[in-house]
Amino acid sequence: MSELYLLRHREIQGLNQLKTYTANGGFDTWKKVVSTLKPEEVTQVVKDSGLRGRGGAGFPTGVKWSFLPTNIWPHYVVANADESEPGTFKDREILESNPYQFIEGLMIACYAVQAKDAYIYFRGEFAQIAHKFEERLQELTSKGLLGDKLFGSEYSLRIHPHLGAGAYICGEETALLESIEGKLGQPRLRPPFPAVVGLFDKPTVINNVETLTNLPIILGKGAAHFRTQGTEKSPGTKIFCLSGRVKNPGNYELPLGTTFRELIYTHGGGILNDRAIKVIMPAGASSSLIPATEAALDTPMDYESVPALGAQLGSASVIVLDETVNISDLVSSTVNFFEHESCGKCTPCREGTYWMAHILERINSGKASKADIELLKTVASQMQNKCFCALGEFSISAVLTGIQHFRADFDARVEN
Amino acid sequence: MNTFKKIHASEIERLLANYPPDRKQAAVMPLLHLAQQEAGYITEPVMQEIAEICEISATEVASIVGYYTMFHDQPGGKIRLMVCTDVACRLHGAREYLSALCNELGVAPGGTSSDGLVTIEEVKCIAACDHAPVFQSQIGDEVEYHENQNPGRTLDWLRLMTASMKTGQASMNLGQEADHE
Repeated sequence: MSELYLLRHREIQGLNQLKTYTANGGFDTWKKVVSTLKPEEVTQVVKDSGLRGRGGAGFPTGVKWSFLPTNIWPHYVVANADESEPGTFKDREILESNPYQFIEGLMIACYAVQAKDAYIYFRGEFAQIAHKFEERLQELTSKGLLGDKLFGSEYSLRIHPHLGAGAYICGEETALLESIEGKLGQPRLRPPFPAVVGLFDKPTVINNVETLTNLPIILGKGAAHFRTQGTEKSPGTKIFCLSGRVKNPGNYELPLGTTFRELIYTHGGGILNDRAIKVIMPAGASSSLIPATEAALDTPMDYESVPALGAQLGSASVIVLDETVNISDLVSSTVNFFEHESCGKCTPCREGTYWMAHILERINSGKASKADIELLKTVASQMQNKCFCALGEFSISAVLTGIQHFRADFDARVEN
Repeated sequence: MNTFKKIHASEIERLLANYPPDRKQAAVMPLLHLAQQEAGYITEPVMQEIAEICEISATEVASIVGYYTMFHDQPGGKIRLMVCTDVACRLHGAREYLSALCNELGVAPGGTSSDGLVTIEEVKCIAACDHAPVFQSQIGDEVEYHENQNPGRTLDWLRLMTASMKTGQASMNLGQEADHE
């Protein structure tokens, strides 16, 4: 295992207590940033580090920040803690066990864009974590680490937790903003982008929990140090969420560019009951299905190499399927997810996920014919590039790649 | 007569202060969470009161309640068991686990036990895929994780919880299992 930067609580007991966190250098970087750096210098360090957003899209974080216009105020920063992609459970570990490093990162992002109010959007199922954060934020305010005129400067900052109530789509950043504003969590038309017209119609940065948790390390140790891990285009470490049919599921913090083989076999202990591996889903339920060939296993997990396999790294939620999994079954499970979570705003997604779910149910109950497999493919293909947001687009990834690579699994269901 | 506002005056004030003064609508979800703490679901009169506080229509509040799966407008069991049967959990027998639980309790997913204490719901991913099978309990507005479950373990926990509810004891130590910090 390489050095831990994000999951430091595994080495330092009690890191989720403020006194332990500060005893281990916590908030030193925050003080340094506010006392000695200009906002644009902070953004430059993050740009130099090459940090890319860990929520799924992989967009360079420092570049995202620099899109905020400096003639429209106030600015807001929103932390996306709506972790909901099936197979993803990394942010939850950070929020429970290394919360202050995340908060310090959020504070640094706020300073960089001179936001005086920030929101943390927790998914409703994280209610307990959110309640604990109320206490943590009060504690930080009472210690003078949050609040007015910090460290004798003119800079003031308040952080507000906001609790969702069960809606996957709120992880989509514009739906998340709608949800904070007290509306239905449905995506907005873009442009305008949130960087210009965001929360309460003001310029807004939205960053994922893991992205923000990197910032105290980057500002503390410097951009060059950050680049000692990972690849040139995908620097740093990443938390890989490993689940499915592996012996040791869990979160593994590894340099970007680590191979699937190392994650699954060295860290994950290999496949349950030593069966053969069949499929890798690198980005949770939104994944394209990657047949687990030797070449696929030797592919580095970074933002450039995974697309070469016809898939995306996404949030790095690696779900592993063994030889006993029928892909038609698996696909019905991913499609049911998207059918349930479709917000209903656009027709291709609302109707498409509904019909895909129904056709798959027919196939898997043995009541379908081969023509139904073609029909399923047609419905999925007609949704492609027509949905309002990524949810609809992702709902067809497993369907199309499943039929493409594992047609026999579908055929077996209609022949019997 | 706004009774919800009267009872929770200071808490409502505190929640509204999280948002710009001209954006009271933003407080609708925090207020609904607050309302749900009492009875485990949100009544129409309370929705009306929240609408007044947020300066929106009661219909808008009702649509928020209907849209988000964790807000309830109907009473359910005192304990809601939310069992994840999503992709990763399903690969670890979550569907079999759920049907075993339902059989034991004599309810279908979405249903409530005859004593009115337990409602079972089948839910989507709850970010605990490495500890499947897993469920969350929702009591009032308190949500807890219960990981690495099997039917026997879950039923033992349920027996303990429902027994203390029946005798009216407040011995609900929910924190034990969920605390893995």
